[in-house]
Order: sequence, then C-alpha cells, then structure tokens
Amino acid sequence: MATLSRADVEHVAHLARLGLTDEELQRLEGQLNHILDQYEILSTVPTDHIPPTAQTIELENILRDDVPRPSLPREAVLANAAEHDDQSIVVPAILGGE
Amino acid sequence: MIELTRIHAHHMAARLRRGEVSSRELTEAHLDVAERQNDRLNAWLSIDRERALAEADRADARLRDARAAGAAAVAALHPMLGIPVALKDLVSVEGGQCTAGSLILKGYRAPYDAHITERLRDVGAVILGKTNMDEFAMGSSTEHSAYGPTANPWALDRVPGGSSGGSAAAVAAYHAPVSIGTDTGGSIRQPAALTGIVGLKPTYGRVSRYGIVAFASSLDQIGPFARDVRDAAALLHAIAGRDERDSTSSPQPVPDSLLRLHASEDEAAGALRGKRLGLPREYFVKGMEPGVEERIREAVEALESAGATVEDVSLPHTDYGLATYYIVAPAEASANLARYDGIRFGPRLGEGRDVLGDYLATRGRGFGPEVKRRVMLGTYALSAGYYDAYYLKAQKVRTLIKGDFDALWAEGFDALVAPTSPTVAFRFGDRLEDPVAMYLSDACTLPVNMAGLPGISILAGLSEGLPVGLQLIGAPWSEPRLFELARSFEAVTASADWRSLEPTDLRALDDPSTPTPAERMAAIAVVDR
Repeated sequence: MATLSRADVEHVAHLARLGLTDEELQRLEGQLNHILDQYEILSTVPTDHIPPTAQTIELENILRDDVPRPSLPREAVLANAAEHDDQSIVVPAILGGE
Repeated sequence: MIELTRIHAHHMAARLRRGEVSSRELTEAHLDVAERQNDRLNAWLSIDRERALAEADRADARLRDARAAGAAAVAALHPMLGIPVALKDLVSVEGGQCTAGSLILKGYRAPYDAHITERLRDVGAVILGKTNMDEFAMGSSTEHSAYGPTANPWALDRVPGGSSGGSAAAVAAYHAPVSIGTDTGGSIRQPAALTGIVGLKPTYGRVSRYGIVAFASSLDQIGPFARDVRDAAALLHAIAGRDERDSTSSPQPVPDSLLRLHASEDEAAGALRGKRLGLPREYFVKGMEPGVEERIREAVEALESAGATVEDVSLPHTDYGLATYYIVAPAEASANLARYDGIRFGPRLGEGRDVLGDYLATRGRGFGPEVKRRVMLGTYALSAGYYDAYYLKAQKVRTLIKGDFDALWAEGFDALVAPTSPTVAFRFGDRLEDPVAMYLSDACTLPVNMAGLPGISILAGLSEGLPVGLQLIGAPWSEPRLFELARSFEAVTASADWRSLEPTDLRALDDPSTPTPAERMAAIAVVDR
C-alpha cells in the first residue's frame, strides 16, 4: 500500500480543513505511516466476491409523512453562533477580496 | 447503616417506594460526594445541583402521588424513578453544556434534549451532571479529554479506560449508582472492565442516538453502566426503543423482562443450566496479561460448574478487526466532524478575515491530537484514489467479520465468552506516545461493534489488585438473554471474595493532598500532548 510523504500529509490536512503546525505535520507523517503499515494485513484477505457491509441491521427505506413540523426557535439556534445579527448567522467573507 | 451512595439502584428504588428515603436525600448524598471528590477523580465535567434537586423533588412528588393512589400505581412506577444518573458529556440536555471532551464545543449550550434525556425525564431519573470522556469518544483511556484525564478509583495513577471513563469512574467511586456511556469500539465495555463494574453495549439500533454527538455512525451505540446487572438492565429498559428522529433506531420491542431479572442468587444461577457458550480462541490475543487470562479461564469454570457448556470456537477474521475498525471509524468520523467549523456553534478561533482561514484555525486549534489523527486517517482513506484500497476493502472485510459471528449463531450458541480487555488498567502516559498500542486496548471489543452485536462486561476478579472484565457477546437483540447470563455469573460468583471489594483508592479521594489527575499527567513527559 501507499506511503505518505510530507506533501501528502499537507494535502490531506487541507482536505480536512485542519490548520496544522510544522511540528504536528512532522509527527503525523510518522504516526500515519505507522498506522497505514497496520492496514497492510488487509491486503492478505481475499475479498473479490464479498459485498461490502455499510450497516448491520436489516432496516431499509425508513419513511415518514412529509408534513411540516416545528423546528428549533431562531433565538435558540443563534445563541450558539460565534457571530449573529439577531436574524442570521454572520460569516466571514467567502469570496476573496474586499 | 450503609451509606445511601453504596447501595444498588434497585435497593434505592425499593426504599423510595416504601417512603423510607426521598429522591432528594439520595440526590444530595451523591452530589455531596461527587462535589467533594471530583478534584482528585475528575470524573465530572459539570455538576448541576440546582437542576438535579428540582428533578428529585418532582420524582418525590410522583412517588407521593403513586403511594396515595395505591399499590397498583406504585408497582407501575419505573425502577429508575428518583434514581440519580450521570450522563457522558456528549448527551444533549437542553440548556446544558455538551463538550464531547473537546475545546471545539466549549461554551456550546444544547438547544434541545437528546432522545434518551427525554426518556430519562419520562421515567423520572435525576440527572446529576455530565462526565468526562476522550475527545469525541476517540480513545481508550480518557487521557484524550481536553479537560484533563479521569483517574481510576482502584489506582489513582491509572486510567479508568475510555472513552466513557468519567461515567465508569463515577459509578465505581459511588458518585452515581448508574450512568450512560457510548460505545463505538469498546468505549463502554472496556472502562467497565477497568473499573470493575457492569457495562453494556446494546445491539446497533437498540437506542436512538438523536441528540448524541456522533463519532462513527455505523458503529455508535448508547448504553448503561451500573454496579450490578439488574441496575444496568433497568437503565437500558428506560432508554431503549424506536424513535423516528433516528432512522437507524429499531422497532424491535423492548421486553419488560429486563425489569424482572432474578433477585435471588439461587434462581439467577439456574439460568446457566443447559446454555451453550462459545469461547473464541482468537480473543486470547498476543499481549494479553497472564492474570487476565487466568481470571477468564476461572470464569469459564464457574460458568461450567453452573451447568453451561463452554466450547472452543473460532472467529477466524478477528485478526483483521483492528485494521478494519481503524479505517471505517475514522472515515465516518472525518465526515461527522466536518460540521465543527466555528460558525454555527462552538468558538471561532480564527481572525474572521476569510472563511477558509477561520476553518483551518478553528479546527487546527479546537481539535486535540487524537481527533486530528483520526480525521487525517479518515480523510485519507476516503480520498480520491484510495477509497477502494482502504474504505471499500475494510467494508468487505467487515462482512467477513460479521459472517464469523453469524455462523456461530446459526450453530445455536447462546452467547460467546471472552475477555473484555487484554490488560488491566494501565498507568497514565503508558500508551499516549504510541497510538497503535492504545488502539490494541480495544482488540477484544471492536469486532462486536463491526458486527452490530450486543456485548456486556462484568467483573470477573482481580489481577495485581486491579479489576478484570468478562465479556459476554450475543446475537442481535439478545440483550435480555445476555443480562440473564451475566446475572447468573454474578450469582454463581456471589461468594467470591473479590465480589464484595471496594475500589482500593476511594479513601485517597477524600484526602486533599492527593494529586489531581492533571497534576499526575503534568509530571509525565509525554510527547503527544
């Protein structure tokens, strides 16, 4: 299986939106490769004709009536936001520039 | 007279019904010891005395009304009415904190009750507070909490297991008779084993997870801790059942037999007669301590002497469990934890200049080292080019692991018997620098999650003065039988000297000169912190 380079670790950190320090990136490079080595054992298991298991109970197609129902009050939701204007959650600029 | 905090919940329930004690008295007794000792134990992240006493008064009113209405009304009361309970700090209680052991949820106040919180209110249980845990339930020692580790009441320089270490330690130290944990790879059973109490991970789908902080959604389940089997069964009865807000919760009936486990040791012991149990040889893993193996072999002898047959069986894909779990669980976690962005809830730890910079800063500073490691692993396993090699492969091996168990149920086994943890409680810092060593703590528990099965851990004796847990694993929805078997084991070992021992270091918890768990950690040079 693959080995992660420092650039790979930085790429995965970006995908995961984790801002990591140089020290963290360096430590993770060693630790993640050590953990990936443990995954190697799986390549010895023949699974060509084995279906994947995503869940273990035989519940399927859970349906409910499509009717409106009350949601949380606006104040209750806004109370946890880092920034709000009593109507909406305020977010930093999403597009670049001013 | 035995202190109010030392008796079982079913004894409390009997005394509440007879009017010999009030829920307020019980609640105050537990709050007093919890508040007095928590600096040295750090089992609790929050204790809400005012709310708890208000709930206790409501329970007392319900008890008075029922007694006035007559014997039938009293008999209809749930055994959890008026009983103090501790919740792992990932269960939503409206208006209360819910940190999941993480800085990224510091200051968050849950805007609604979890389903199980509603159920506990319905039956009249009294919520004392919220307990410590590994951050986002990722860990096997509670050392990965952002709020400092929890100590083990049996040896204050050792871990209580994890991730539900606070809930386990609180029950073991008599701060609460019962508590709630969650179990994704062993997070109820392993701390139950390491603190010498009972802990059950129910069948996947048995308990609604609405209002619980999610870790790995195809594995997570909620379950009870208690100091005896009957109390654990009664607490499961209170929280189990279908809830349409969690579409994975099952309509399987929750039998009232959970409330009728035998009280007498003789009757309880009889349940083992003729039962067919399997002993999976792969669970005696490399690195298992000899003292743990001895206690498990003795437990097998006790089960046999009570009339059960115990056969050597094989779960041939067990060795692949660890690798499979450490792909599936981090992959699901990386998706579940994408929601922590510092915008809708939790502190925003960036400069507020651009949204990407804020994401990176909030998540980089808000998550601890183990959570970052798992999010990285999961993101990698799901990323373009690696999905088939890791995630899909792991899901296929998961099919084989589940198939191993299915084959044994098809052969007619009533349950499997195994160690819960390969070792007794380890010292603070011992496994922090090597993530793989920490992951091995769950080698005997995580296959059960992979297969969605119920498993229970119960005290089976001591090794080097520390508790050893026996694990019983059952077919889907077999919790009533698992509890019956565990109750039988409790009964046939009732006269063993270790059954009546109290945790060794309880007295040190009352000594102000005892170091706090954080002080103990600070004295250890650990690279990962």
